[in-house]
Amino acid sequence: MRSIENSLANFNQAGIRPVAISADTPGETRVLLNSAGYTFQFLSDRNAEVIRRYDLVHAHAGEGGRDIARPAEFLVDPTGTVRWINLTENYWVRARPKDILDKAKLLQ
Amino acid sequence: MSARRFNWPLWAGFLLALVASFSYFAFFVRFPVTRDFPWANLLLFLLAAVLLLLGIRRGFARERPHPTRSKIVASIVSVLSVVIFAFFVFVIFIGGRWLPPSTGAPHVGQKVPEFTLSDADGRQVSLNELLSTPIEGKPPKGVLLIFYRGYW
Repeated sequence: MRSIENSLANFNQAGIRPVAISADTPGETRVLLNSAGYTFQFLSDRNAEVIRRYDLVHAHAGEGGRDIARPAEFLVDPTGTVRWINLTENYWVRARPKDILDKAKLLQ
Repeated sequence: MSARRFNWPLWAGFLLALVASFSYFAFFVRFPVTRDFPWANLLLFLLAAVLLLLGIRRGFARERPHPTRSKIVASIVSVLSVVIFAFFVFVIFIGGRWLPPSTGAPHVGQKVPEFTLSDADGRQVSLNELLSTPIEGKPPKGVLLIFYRGYW
């Protein structure tokens, strides 16, 4: 998230809108945005319904055993078609903004 | 004499092992270069190991004022340091891989499911909106959906 925020100008220039989604409540998300200073779009999927539709549920891994999302990134073009995916195998290893922006160049 | 008695390499090694472990989560995790592979932390651990080895040698030296005590202290501190190292390796290289497979996730070329979710201020936002609202006056070329674990 931090590296996405730091590269936000590059994302804007490339016409790519980053959107973060988690099972946090809007209130919890607000706390995160205020403390971390993130300025891009964050969405709240409290009951993990969208996370489930995308088959990204990490069952009972959240606070109090609630279902949360496993980390994943999708680059989606304006028609809603997936152009690139990153399903990391290690929680600590994430896609880097530069690599994502390189993929984004392939989009119209 | 007191400087001779205090086994500073041992304790410095132990402290450095603690720093090597926690600095990843507190600091190095913020930068992709030090996050994807924790080389900075492993280097710190290496330095800690050198100090600990010096400390063990010192602790087991014959001319110690309290030979038994210093051997016990050196052994316990070294074992604790190894435990810290093992904890770190476990969390990063083994615990980090405990993620469910995701065979049903949308593939490249497939349409993603539409959704409408609430933002941090309670406003409803749809994927269609995200895909069509202009960015700096120009129609977007794409949306990067980032699913993350969130607070826990």
